[in-house]
Amino acid sequence: MADQNLLENDEPLLVARSLSKSFGRINACRDVSFSLYPGEVLAIVGESGSGKSTLLQMLSGQLAPSAGQVSYRMRDGVTRDLASLGEAERRFLFRTDWGFVHQDPAQGLRMAVSAGANVGERLMAVGWNHYGRIRDTASDWLTRVEIDTARIDDAPRTYSGGMRQRLQIARNLVTEPRLVFMDEPTGGLDVSVQARLLDLLRSLVAELNLAVVIVTHDLAVARLLSHRVMVMKGGRVIETGLTDQVLDDPREPYTQLLVSSILPP
Amino acid sequence: MTAMIDITDAGKTFTMHLQGGIELPVVRGVTFRVNPGECVVLSGPSGAGKSSILKMIFGNYRCDSGRIGIRHPGQVVDLATAEPRQVLNIRRSTIGYVSQFLRAVPRVASIDVVAEPLIVNGMSRTDAQARAGELLHRLNIPERLWQLPPATFSGGEQQRVNIARGFISDLPILLLDEPTASLDAVNRAVVVELVAEKKRQGVAMVAIVHDDEIRHLIADRIVDVTSFAAAA
Repeated sequence: MADQNLLENDEPLLVARSLSKSFGRINACRDVSFSLYPGEVLAIVGESGSGKSTLLQMLSGQLAPSAGQVSYRMRDGVTRDLASLGEAERRFLFRTDWGFVHQDPAQGLRMAVSAGANVGERLMAVGWNHYGRIRDTASDWLTRVEIDTARIDDAPRTYSGGMRQRLQIARNLVTEPRLVFMDEPTGGLDVSVQARLLDLLRSLVAELNLAVVIVTHDLAVARLLSHRVMVMKGGRVIETGLTDQVLDDPREPYTQLLVSSILPP
Repeated sequence: MTAMIDITDAGKTFTMHLQGGIELPVVRGVTFRVNPGECVVLSGPSGAGKSSILKMIFGNYRCDSGRIGIRHPGQVVDLATAEPRQVLNIRRSTIGYVSQFLRAVPRVASIDVVAEPLIVNGMSRTDAQARAGELLHRLNIPERLWQLPPATFSGGEQQRVNIARGFISDLPILLLDEPTASLDAVNRAVVVELVAEKKRQGVAMVAIVHDDEIRHLIADRIVDVTSFAAAA
């Protein structure tokens, strides 16, 4: 379904134009431009310090660019410059139409309140007020991310790392966002837990026709989840294309180095 | 007759930056056409660039020069210069590819691996699984294995899952990279049958087959890749 919608929606959802960010004399991100379409998954890969997290923060309106512009097509079809949104509008976007999955689930969850409340909170933020419906929806979502509903009243601090990450995903997706940012979502997990999470993410992304910008240093994650890849080095995008093209036929020296550094499975 | 695939003067060179920038010419001047209902087999020794040509037609390898015309609903698209989104659309609705090895997601059941291309194109899961089941059955994969992920299967079983996934869609172009390499005689015969059915449906195919007998059975025309050898 994802790819079908990709064909039919010919308006980009998110557009970055010549984004740059400098911290004093350091250029963390230089002249990045791209368009992201509904249902499209874009992976940003590169080593630590390549500027990928800075870029993600600018794209998600958490960091103001030094130059350039990010625009987003809102649910009403109007494309807006993120910089022109008021704080309240931006926060509303974040609670409804966007998701943000952090590497560390503790950053995206409230660790001391129940799993059900973590998921329900996002619904209440968009005006849901019927306790029974909120609880049912939260419970549905726990099932979708493979968490035993018997654990709905437990706080995520009692959960394993993999469960916390799945809970964070449920919390993000419950409001049916159209765009989800992910920052190394499988970063801190064991390999077996990673595989399960990736598989889950992959099917949810396709099912919900999500557009995703995912930052990862793991090329296997990029291959499994993304349609397109941008390779960053020193704050610049040095290579971009279809994921399998870039990974099977890398052109730039640095991309060739990255690809050749993957350990065989 | 309008060709489904029309390749003109396509060339590919790898530049190995980690090996001091060595240039590794793969092919040059690749020129041939494939009509609907026709199976063209690429021949030539290992390393002649057969798989590379297949990957260029699928848009997996980028061309350095030339043109790869693909007939895609309503128009002819040059895959060598197409945007990533367009390449994805072409893969979804026009070109199928049966690779030499199955690259599957760890936990997905074999029947779903096979059914996925149909589901992506909008068929209901139940109908898609029914078609997947028929194909797996024809390819002699016992039903008790259908719910298991193919990762634990033998090489031959994995290849048959891969073939089922490649043949399940009704795409007008199919690329086959050694589809019978790890199969026994019974299953090789099934693949020959499947190829013949695709031809009757008007599918244009490009195949790499080392087995002389199979090549003889499926090829309508042979394109010798050595003539495209890039001068080193």
